[in-house]
Amino acid sequence: MTSIPESGPASVHASHGVHDHQFDDAAQQQEAATLGMWLFLATEVLFFGGLFTGYTVYRSAYPNAFGEASRHLDIVLGTVNTGVLLLSSFSMAMAVQSAQLGKRWRLLGFLTSTAVLGAVFLAIKFTEYVHKFHEHLVPGSQFVFAGPESPHAQLFFSFYFAMTGLHALHMIIGLAMLVVLMMMTLANRFGPEYHTPVETIGLYWHFVDIVWVFLFPLLYLVSR
Amino acid sequence: MTHADVPENYLTASWGWRSWLLTRDHKRIALLYLISITLFFIVGGFFALLIRLELLTPAGDLVQAETYNKLFTMHGLIMIFFFLIPSIPSVLGNFLIPLMIGARDLAFPRLNLLSWYIYIIGGVFTLAAVVTGGVDTGWTFYTPYSSTYANSNVILTALGVFITGFSSILTGLNFIVTIHKMRAPGLTWFRLPLFVWAHYATSLIMVLGTPVLAISITLILLERAFHIGIFDPKLGGDPLLFQHLFWFYSHPAVYIMILPGMGVVSEIVTCYSRKKIFGYTFVALSSLAIAALGFMVWGHHMFVSGQSPFAGMVFSMLSFLVAIPSGIKVFNWTATLYKGSISFDAPMLYALGFIGLFTIGGLTGLFLATLAVDVHVHDTYFVIAHFHYIMVGGAVMAYFGGIHFWWPKITGRLYPEVWARIAALIVFIGFNLTFFPQFLLGYLGMPRRYHAYPEEFQVWNVMSTAGASILGLGYLIPIIYLLWSLRYGRVATANPWNAMGLEWETPSPPPETNFAATPIVKEEAYSYDIHT
Amino acid sequence: MSNAIVSTRTYVATFLLLLVLLAVTIAAAYIPLGRFNWVAAMTISAAKTALIASCFMNLRSSHRLVWIAACAGCFWLALLMILSLTDFWTRGWLLP
Repeated sequence: MTSIPESGPASVHASHGVHDHQFDDAAQQQEAATLGMWLFLATEVLFFGGLFTGYTVYRSAYPNAFGEASRHLDIVLGTVNTGVLLLSSFSMAMAVQSAQLGKRWRLLGFLTSTAVLGAVFLAIKFTEYVHKFHEHLVPGSQFVFAGPESPHAQLFFSFYFAMTGLHALHMIIGLAMLVVLMMMTLANRFGPEYHTPVETIGLYWHFVDIVWVFLFPLLYLVSR
Repeated sequence: MTHADVPENYLTASWGWRSWLLTRDHKRIALLYLISITLFFIVGGFFALLIRLELLTPAGDLVQAETYNKLFTMHGLIMIFFFLIPSIPSVLGNFLIPLMIGARDLAFPRLNLLSWYIYIIGGVFTLAAVVTGGVDTGWTFYTPYSSTYANSNVILTALGVFITGFSSILTGLNFIVTIHKMRAPGLTWFRLPLFVWAHYATSLIMVLGTPVLAISITLILLERAFHIGIFDPKLGGDPLLFQHLFWFYSHPAVYIMILPGMGVVSEIVTCYSRKKIFGYTFVALSSLAIAALGFMVWGHHMFVSGQSPFAGMVFSMLSFLVAIPSGIKVFNWTATLYKGSISFDAPMLYALGFIGLFTIGGLTGLFLATLAVDVHVHDTYFVIAHFHYIMVGGAVMAYFGGIHFWWPKITGRLYPEVWARIAALIVFIGFNLTFFPQFLLGYLGMPRRYHAYPEEFQVWNVMSTAGASILGLGYLIPIIYLLWSLRYGRVATANPWNAMGLEWETPSPPPETNFAATPIVKEEAYSYDIHT
Repeated sequence: MSNAIVSTRTYVATFLLLLVLLAVTIAAAYIPLGRFNWVAAMTISAAKTALIASCFMNLRSSHRLVWIAACAGCFWLALLMILSLTDFWTRGWLLP
């Protein structure tokens, strides 16, 4: 029976460029992982992009309704959330740097702060959703919107919930992956020679931030 | 051959169901796909059988109209998402790409296995929808029927398709990274087999297009579950938004289904003409051109849906353009055959059938791309004949051709050549008898998706159903003798066809890690002229 | 090996610049630019994206193939939007 080297993440003390058997060396594996994650992010651009397309179609058809509806969103909370996410991106970038320098506790610290900031974002988002529910601005049978723009305003809120909801789902997945990274850091799986998961999940996190960078003005700043 | 005589290969390297269901070997995963898609092919074929039985008589007397709607919906969904789209890439692509580039496996083996599981889970959801009452929206899920008014299992089916889409995305991602990063030394891009180029182009479509299908299905799910009304005209919504998002994927999806087949044809035609391909660079780049242009033509499905005439003209013009790279391939295959030393083994029969039938299907696509003609034949049997010529006359024939061509490599056994040629001819005859009359029916005005039709169309319908039974027989025969060959077929050597390509330089079946040592490539592809 | 290591100072500077751009986005929203508000907003968002991608995501020191993958996603989305809008924005155009 042929014996095959264990496939999977590199061994615990990755200081000798251990790599999966299908790759020739650790560098090739790292390049493949990076390219793979960027390709996945390209798919995410198109996934969110479908929503952005629909949004564009309806905003250009009903600019007044979208403007009216947008003013019902809390610009303060939206701004705070944007700042929180930008800070979390900074924190994630510092986490990657810590991994590159082999600084285990700094890595853990920055991963934790990124996760905490992500959780703060979600908490604020949840609060906003609750407000909208109480204001009867959730699309569906309970939707109430004063003024002539009412049916088109509901379209705006459909996109608001769909887009921010999908974004929040991606944040939750990101948080889960950060927790996994924290556990792997505690188990001393990363070093200067191998920290690919930190880099690739970092890329994902920054992408989710970029999506919000577009969502914020499109949803909160239509017409102020 | 006793067990002890067989050298260690990927099939014998380990035993037990866990070694198969938890495998990371791309070759085993390919076989997992082979078994699953064959099962789905049979289910999809069963629905086709019921459709053709109903259409034997003008009256809608076999099933009710609502039931008939479910039959054609489920036939389409299963054949497209669970058979055609995965077929060549997930079976032949998975098995052969690492071998053809001299690699030990794909870049992400565990992702590959995950792709299969995702495919199975999506399939289970869809089959659950089928057995608990079915879905009747047409495979195209048009709103507002699917989002608001349908009373069938839309959510369950839509979830199934949504989930399976990720299988496609992950496979495409895997192939792209593998082909970029893991080619053997000396294997430059323009020395790659055209099969690899075809799968690279296919993977680009899978990666860039499928996410938009995912979001369009998500929107239907949201509208159906939460009544949020994105496509609801009462709220100012536009049902055409769904169609744009849906067809942005679903048109390129047809290129996902045909490009891999074109890759297979390039491999077979060169081997059985004993010649290198004519115009390698053009064939390679035409795959990329088809992938790119294929994304710009989707509006030709919407000429009569209410799309603006201006957009219709733009899409019509772009649709003419996409025919050009396909035409280049057909010319180049023909030029390859010219003055070649041709043998008519079963794979070659399938490949030749592909070239002829794909050409017919493709040319009728130009009729449909012509705005004025489409107004007349849209939603008629002309459209159905057009895409079946390409999907069945093209893609399925290429799939069968490829399965036969690489069968010895995959299983270590030869298929029985005489039976294979007979089956190929039966398929060709059955296919044409089934679908050529449908061009006539469509032109004469028989609409699609109706279970009853005017009396004057019966002759052609009966011919079509007769053809379908012959076609079914033609598909059944290979299933039987291929299974038979696993035990009783002649043992195959590493290269029974004397073909060029790295996959033929390793034993049949290959060892688990594909090559004893990483090959070094020093020649162009298809150098049959040097190696007669 | 991994990508080049970026200094803490660069990361901090990038973050502060992003915060400045956030302030600009909000300020611009209160300036009445009519139909061109969204142009200003999207331009600033694009600038922020460029910063995040080139600096935080290390796109600057990445392989050219990665650049192509990043651009491909955006280009394809542009294709989806532009060709869809050729329908929606020309609906009222009557042709003889």
